[in-house]
Amino acid sequence: MVLFLTKTLRTSTGLSSRYLPWVFGFFFFPGLETFSQLVHEDDYGSFLVNETEINDFPRFAHRGILLDTSRHYLPLKSILTNLDAMAFNKFNVLHWHIVDDQSFPYQSVYFPELSDKGAYSCNHIYTPTDVRLVIEYARLRGIRVIPEFDTPGHTQSWGKGQKDLLTPCYSGERPTGSFGPVNPILNTTYDFMTKFFKEISSVFPDAYIHLGGDEVNFDCWKSNPEVKEFMKKQGFGTDYAKLESYYIQKILDIVFSYNKEYMVWQEVFDNKVQLKPDTVVQVWMENNYAHELSSVTGAGFTAILAAPWYLDYISYGQDWKKYYSVEPLNFPGTEKQKKLLIGGEACLWGEFVDATNLTPRLWPRASAVGERLWSSRNVTNLQDAYKRLTSHRCRMLRCEHEQAILSGIA
Amino acid sequence: MCGFLAGLETFSQLVGRDENGMYYINNTEIVDFPRFPHRGLLLDTSRHYLPLRAILETLDVMAYNKFNVFHWHIVDDPSFPYESLTFPELSKQGAFHAMTHIYTASDVQTVIEYARLRGIRVVAEFDTPGHTLSWGPGAPGLLTPCYLGKDPSGTYGPINPILNSTYQFVTSLFQEVSAVFPDFFLHLGGDEVDFTCWKSNPNIRAFMKEMGFGEDYKKLESFYIQRLLDIISSLGKGYIVWQEVFDNAVKVRPDTIIHVWKENPTPYTEEMANVTKAGYRALLSAPWYLNRISYGQDWMAAYQVEPLKFEGSSEQKARVIGGEACMWGEYVDVTNLAPRLWPRAGAVAERLWSNATVRDLQDAYTRLADFRCKLLG
Repeated sequence: MVLFLTKTLRTSTGLSSRYLPWVFGFFFFPGLETFSQLVHEDDYGSFLVNETEINDFPRFAHRGILLDTSRHYLPLKSILTNLDAMAFNKFNVLHWHIVDDQSFPYQSVYFPELSDKGAYSCNHIYTPTDVRLVIEYARLRGIRVIPEFDTPGHTQSWGKGQKDLLTPCYSGERPTGSFGPVNPILNTTYDFMTKFFKEISSVFPDAYIHLGGDEVNFDCWKSNPEVKEFMKKQGFGTDYAKLESYYIQKILDIVFSYNKEYMVWQEVFDNKVQLKPDTVVQVWMENNYAHELSSVTGAGFTAILAAPWYLDYISYGQDWKKYYSVEPLNFPGTEKQKKLLIGGEACLWGEFVDATNLTPRLWPRASAVGERLWSSRNVTNLQDAYKRLTSHRCRMLRCEHEQAILSGIA
Repeated sequence: MCGFLAGLETFSQLVGRDENGMYYINNTEIVDFPRFPHRGLLLDTSRHYLPLRAILETLDVMAYNKFNVFHWHIVDDPSFPYESLTFPELSKQGAFHAMTHIYTASDVQTVIEYARLRGIRVVAEFDTPGHTLSWGPGAPGLLTPCYLGKDPSGTYGPINPILNSTYQFVTSLFQEVSAVFPDFFLHLGGDEVDFTCWKSNPNIRAFMKEMGFGEDYKKLESFYIQRLLDIISSLGKGYIVWQEVFDNAVKVRPDTIIHVWKENPTPYTEEMANVTKAGYRALLSAPWYLNRISYGQDWMAAYQVEPLKFEGSSEQKARVIGGEACMWGEYVDVTNLAPRLWPRAGAVAERLWSNATVRDLQDAYTRLADFRCKLLG
């Protein structure tokens, strides 16, 4: 058997080289994956591979899956199984949306109270060992782990273990007892973030950290007299987007000082926060996302697309077809702009997802996204894709079953 | 016995656990009884084969939810996994895989006994004359050959209602099925009969003329179904049929149960009224097609259905004997059956068991969330 592995070692142009750590592993591994999928069984049960020349390379450099471990905790096993499935589908980024309003499972070394008070229970946390395991397991499969610590909104669970971090909401003159986004006017906030992101920067080796910045509700800020006072002092008027901007800019500077690049949700761009040129903007709002891609790339920023690929939005029938039919570069823009769209992510938000249904909900629907991000633009035939998807699914099931047997589960 | 089992079920759900991990139960008086006698779940093992363990697991969870009828939609167009002793070719030719994707006689007995021990009846459905494509390969001559002009097109349609051989076959098959499945009722299907193929076949057209049916193919369908029902009756079984059999004015016995599944063109509430007004008993499934997934807490819509919410007398309402949650198999196999079915089917189970006044969504949510944890633990 002679096998030629001609893999064009090509990166997506126009990006800083910091975007592609661990170069060798990331290019070699998908090649092995392709090779493994050429193996077939003959009528006698022998496994064989035909003499083949493989010429394969990804279209987009960022091919990600978002997992949400805050709305529902996902046990380590779930995450690792998912990494296996991702590797099989040539995804190379795990966007770990690790904390949010509902729970804070990340066990911080500097601030252990965050998970002590913020996790669903002491059994629903990721210890430093767990986190290292995920990162290493991913690395061995050619997958980067980009953590997301979403602020200033989506932070209710942070307030349980970090007093005075969140903004107290007011009704007239009196605090209501409830809290809003991170309090942007206190020095203590930035002292905390400085220390917290120091830890995050050293725990997660990827060049990028996702800083969130989405869906910041201004009502609580507006109700707080001290915040109102601050707005006056800063000359922001009643434009709370400016306050959000003020906060985010400081966080970006903090993170940058640790030599990290950052990803943000689109609101950060939409609200005109001053972003460094290497910022990656994630477009997630479905309404007119093509227009958003134009704007983001038109302003010179790198973009990744998630909007049409919210896989948590289930519906009856073969919805994989609509995910497959998305053409990421279908937006008005120059060639230069199009190059700034470096990939996308299939997102599985956790409101209705936990370990009991994660795998069947994500796969093989996410495979449709995987192919869209890897294969050439002209690979669009649905009938052909259907045939390949069904046998791909069988391959995945066979592998999963074998793994279950090997690990003693089945 | 079934009441006793349901009582044990209630009892088991009263068991709690304290902070030290000790199991305890409070001194309790239980007064509980089902609102409807037929509380069913449909599984479809034709669109996708379901391994035995998936069926048995489902029966366990059904028992926990006080479902008492397993409606086994065992064969259909895509595959015929039922291994018939009388007609072994049916599954040999019609199953997805004749060795690995079948239910042997022993498998079937296992299911029936496993169900019985949990207070669950097994009602088998052998749907005809439509939904029978998989029957064709193993029973040549059974299905109607479709025509393109003067020549057979090579494709087949519903069971051929004009041949004597058809009725001989049906008699023999249902003789076996009646013996294999001990429940009094068999589900005979009768839904979605596409007349196109019949219309294209010259022999059938000739028969229509002979019988004076004109162009009304519902009469031909009626002709088949009536003979089928007579065969089943003579075998000492009762029958359940999908609503089309009633809608198409087929003459059925007064003790027929009509299974209401369509939401249009007639709203199901209206259908329930019509069926019960005509004196038949009714089963409701239309708002409980759990295979139709959607984003969010759709258990609430299932929970809020009120089966007796239709215009009718109290005699009519008394003819509604219950309902069934359906999990059709087009997009369901063993990899996703359990999370797709549970705990959403629990909402239907409560609707069929509990009093009509038990409707508060917030309260139901709390209990459902807790129940789900119990199921998982």
